[in-house]
Parts: sequence; structure tokens; C-alpha cells
Amino acid sequence: MAVLTMVEAIRQALEQEMERDERVMILGEDVGRLGGVFRATDGLQARFGEARVFDTPLAEAVIAGASVGLAMSGMVPVPEMQFLGFSHQAFHQIADQIARYRFRSQGRFPMQITIRAPFGGGVRTPEMHSDALEAQFVQCPGLKIVMPSSAYDAKGLLLAAIRDPDPVLFCEPLRGYRLVKDEVPEGDYTVPFGQARVVREGTDVTLVAWSAAVQLCERVAELAAEENISCRILDLRTLVPLDVEALARCAEVTGRVVVVHEAPYTGGFGAEVIATIQEEAFYSLEAPIARVAAPDTPYPIAGVEEFYIPNEERVLAAVRRTVGTTA
Amino acid sequence: MTKAKATDVAKAFEGGADRDAFRLLDASGALTKGAQSPLDDDRLLEGFRWMLFSRALDERAVSLQRQGRIGTYSAVYGQEASVVGVSLALDPARDWIFPQYRETPALLRHGMPLSTLLLYYIGNPVGGRVPDGVLLAPIQISLAAQLPHAVGMALGLRMQGRDGVVVTFVGDGASSEGDFHESLNLAGVVQAPVVFVLQNNGYAISTPRSKQSAATSFAARAEGYGMPGVRVDGNDLLAVYEVARDAVERARSGGGPTLIESQTYRLLPHNTADDSTRYVPAEELEARRLEDPIPRLRNYLTALGVLDDALEEQMRVAVAEEITAGVAAAEAYPPASAGQVFDHAYADFSPRIVRQRAEITGNVPEGDV
Repeated sequence: MAVLTMVEAIRQALEQEMERDERVMILGEDVGRLGGVFRATDGLQARFGEARVFDTPLAEAVIAGASVGLAMSGMVPVPEMQFLGFSHQAFHQIADQIARYRFRSQGRFPMQITIRAPFGGGVRTPEMHSDALEAQFVQCPGLKIVMPSSAYDAKGLLLAAIRDPDPVLFCEPLRGYRLVKDEVPEGDYTVPFGQARVVREGTDVTLVAWSAAVQLCERVAELAAEENISCRILDLRTLVPLDVEALARCAEVTGRVVVVHEAPYTGGFGAEVIATIQEEAFYSLEAPIARVAAPDTPYPIAGVEEFYIPNEERVLAAVRRTVGTTA
Repeated sequence: MTKAKATDVAKAFEGGADRDAFRLLDASGALTKGAQSPLDDDRLLEGFRWMLFSRALDERAVSLQRQGRIGTYSAVYGQEASVVGVSLALDPARDWIFPQYRETPALLRHGMPLSTLLLYYIGNPVGGRVPDGVLLAPIQISLAAQLPHAVGMALGLRMQGRDGVVVTFVGDGASSEGDFHESLNLAGVVQAPVVFVLQNNGYAISTPRSKQSAATSFAARAEGYGMPGVRVDGNDLLAVYEVARDAVERARSGGGPTLIESQTYRLLPHNTADDSTRYVPAEELEARRLEDPIPRLRNYLTALGVLDDALEEQMRVAVAEEITAGVAAAEAYPPASAGQVFDHAYADFSPRIVRQRAEITGNVPEGDV
């Protein structure tokens, strides 16, 4: 089986789906001639033409908003937000229009739209590119939120997203685009939504994460193993829908849980994870659930981002603290 | 620009049509010099009937709102020629409308059942459902948000080789939104088959046109988007129809988008929750009443010999009956229920939402698929 980087897996999924379904089209800034600033759409315009891989003006709201009309006309648009950090320019179209159009049209106009958006820190982008905004979109009912962490999942979840009759925000960890490599089947497959993945079995504590934070947790698990702490890792894969059962199992299996994300602490999706576990499995918990997140400050300029994003040291400290606590 | 000219631009009153806006009927309803009607007698009467329908519906709806039988309602009152003139230029079998919320007669002519529309105002979610086959987007409450959708639809139709044209309505106030700029810009770049109808009715709730834009006209903005911009007297059905027809033909034949500024006037408050006496000078309202599009068209049709009191009375009776039937059908519909909080939110529901619904209704929700 071929080993692909995450961005290669995404590109392959797009190409295969455009080949399979002629309704699928891509629109966004620099997606055509350039092939995307990360090359996620490399070569697709040459193969499928300028109409189906469409370089738009620099205007996020109309990229998202035109996708509504395209979907209503029978196309399956896959718009790209060049960076999730810019998606606030389109927030209204995504949150109030795309997300609720099926609902307010009583099913007449479903929104089969997949919004792809790279996000996250660690590659020293200019300001406002890297923000992890996923929790803001979680409060937009009607939208599904997908956050792959591996190349395999990226392809399978993207194919599932494009085929999903509901709109999907598909967040791609830009740090993982080339860093993350794993085996990806050449053929067609989907990874279902709402099914978290146990990345690593362990007995002392479960680290709950998604997207690039999963690799961080894997590194921490190695470090913790040297201290004889056995870490289990759960990758949520999709925040909406949420695998509630898998979260409850964390408490049941290890009794101790640490949740890790790149977004700011207060109101981050970690809060939802913790609330869910205590609702579902409070009596299985042996220690308070810890969260490791960015501080409640704006995403900083590149020179200090290493102090902002959760790192091995902070996660490991939370693991030690949680394991060392006795109920 | 001289000082005197700058003063000329500032009008004493807001709204109404510029002196040099395109018109075929003068304020008295007589054809302007050399003008010809672009509509034959039957279509003129069709237009007049829709205008009567719209006004009668506004009057009934305001009354229903006062009785607590429907919720907040935005009347078309005063803008009938502007809306119906555009509507007459469309083919409901292939052209799409992306409305804002003050275009009721265009929605009805395109195929939206009156009872469904009334259910929307009653507050039943089923009122949001445009029947299958009717080429109409739902009413848009978030201003200008429909414009990107309209451009997307126009692109989609063209990609699929269909010859439909998309018409979208927006107001003078909503044209200050970013979506307006992004949409017209994209439409110009890709020469989308779309017609933007900007109804300049003088006010955005209370904010007058003069505080909305410093541009000499809204149509003048079109140049910046690489499309024609047209100013038309929005209270002249014939003129509105003609510019809309030309714009639709241009779009259909690959000539790209058009921005039409339809200069009209909102004779009623913004909606039933508004009190326009707080900001519209009484003298202005009286002056604008003289430009009411309905008497204007009536005068023309009467002079033409196609309309008399008896025919108009016949139309009024028929319209009133249709409205009564629509209201009765809407009110006979089963009342909204708790399950509708969930219906159609997703194609399929996560276990978490299934649980939420069970908690509220005791039932399991139905997805769309």
C-alpha cells in the first residue's frame, strides 16, 4: 500500500471523487492554476477544466455563498477557505446560510457542500492564518465538523464528507500536510462520521484529541511510557457528530482523561468533551479531567507561537498530574 | 463640481425616482413622448391584477397581524410596479428568483402558494418550503445574503447548459453589505447570467438613502463591477418591465449580469413592528403618495380603453376571494408541533440529537433520507 502525505491523500480523494461524480467541483482562491497554496488541488484544473476547478476572486463570503446556489442547482461544491483563520469573512454564509438552509427550506434545498480549510499552528505562518476556530463552528447546527489526523482518515473522511447530503466543514491541519504520512489505499473507501478511533491502547490515562494534536499525544505517550505511564489515545475524527459512546468508554477504560486541543482554553471543544464524559460516565472517573489548550489570548505572531500551542511538556505535565491524583 | 450643483444633488425628500430615470409613463399615467408599451393588453392587465393582489394582500396581512393571527409582516405597499414589472419579465419554467422579503407578488406569480407563504408568517416552519419544481429560493431575512446564492445558481445553470436566468432582489440598505460587493464583483468577473434588482425605496427601516451611500446613484456602482447599470422609475410598470426584460435577455444570451436600480418608495412602515411617523416627514409621504404606481397604471389602462370600473371591481372581488381562500387554507393547517424544532435540521440525526428530540417530544425524529 502506498504511503502518502496527508496533502497527497486529500488531493487523491478530490481527484477520484471528481472523476467518479461529475457534479463535484472545486472553487476558491488560487485553487486552479496554482493548485492551491498547499497544492491540495494540484493538477486538478488541468484535468477537469476551469469551470470545475474555479479560481475565484479573493472573497471568502461569496466563495461560501456561491456554493449555496451551486448546490441548489445540482452541483456538489467543495469550496476551499485558503485558511480557516480567514473563514470569519465567510462566517455568516457558513453558519447562517449553508448550515441552516436544509432546515429553513424544510428539506427542499439540502446543502451537499464540503468546505475545506487548513488551520492550526506550528509552521510560522503570518498572523491570523493559524487559529483553531473549530469550536466556533460547532455552535452552528446543521453543519458537520470533521478533523482528520492521518492521511488514511483524511482521504476516507473527505470522500465521506463530499458524499454526505449535509454540509461539512473539513479542517485540515496544515502542520500535518507533509509531516503526516501513512498508508493510504489507492481505491475508494470512506471513513464514517461519529466514530472515534483508538489510536493507541493504554491503561492509565486516555488522551482525547483531534487533528494535529493527535500526533502530539502520540509523542507524549512515548515519553510517558518511559515513566511507566500507559497512555491510551482517542482521536475524535469528527466533532459533529460526536462519538459520545467512545468518550464514555474513556472513563470506563482508564478512569483518567486528558483532553488536548490547539484552540484557546475557555469554551474550547475540550469543555464539551469533559461535560460529555461527566454526564455519561461520572462514576467511572478516578480523577478530574485535565485539559491542555492554548491560553485565552489571541493567536500570536510566529516568534512566540511555540509558547502558545500545547507542547509535549505541557501535555506530559497534565498526564503526570492526572495519573498522580487519587479520587 | 460647483457649489450650486452639489446642493441640487441633495434632495428635499428621500426616495422617489430621479428626473432622468428611465420611464415610459409619466406621473399621471400618460405615455412619455415617443414611448410605446412593451406589454400587450393581456399582459398589462395581468400586471395590474398582480398589483391589486399585492396591495389587497398587504392590507389583509396588516389586519391579520393586528389581530394576532400572523407575526411580523413586511408590506410591498408602494413598490408593486417595481416587483411585478420584474416578475413579468421572467419565465417561471426556467428562471430563478432569489428574493429578499419584500417581493411577495413575484413569489406568488412564480408559483409559491399563498397559503404556504402565510404559514411562514404564521410561524409554522412548513411555510419555508418552496414546492418542488418552483424555481424560487426561500425568503431571505439576512440582508444581501441571497446575492452570493444567486450568483452560484447562475453559474450552476450555465455549467449544466441550462438557459435559465437568475433574478435577485436587494434593497438600498442591504446594498451596503459586503455580500453585495462580493457578489456583483464575482458576477462581473464570470459574466454570470444574473440580474440584480436593487429596489431603492428610500429607506432602510429609518435610515434614509442619503445616509446609505454617497454614490450619485446605486446604478452607478455597476461600472465598478463591469456590468451595465440602469436607473428606472420603479413606480412605472411598463418601464420596469422593459429594463428587466432587456436585462434577462442579455443574461440569457450570454451578455452577462445587469444591475437595475428601481427607484420606488415604501408607502408603509418597514414592517408591522415599525412606526415610520418617527422618521418620515408627513409632507414627504403625501408627495410620494401622488406617485403611487397603482393609480398611475390605472389611468394609463383606462385611457387605453382596456380597463374600466366594472373590470377593476371584478378583479378586486376575485383577488379578495383568493386571499380569503389562502388565509383559510393556512389557518386550517395543523398547528406547529415540537418535533418541527428538529425536522430537516439534518438528513440524518446523531444519537445525541435523537436523544434531545425524545426529551422534548417523546418521539424519534425523521431525517430527510
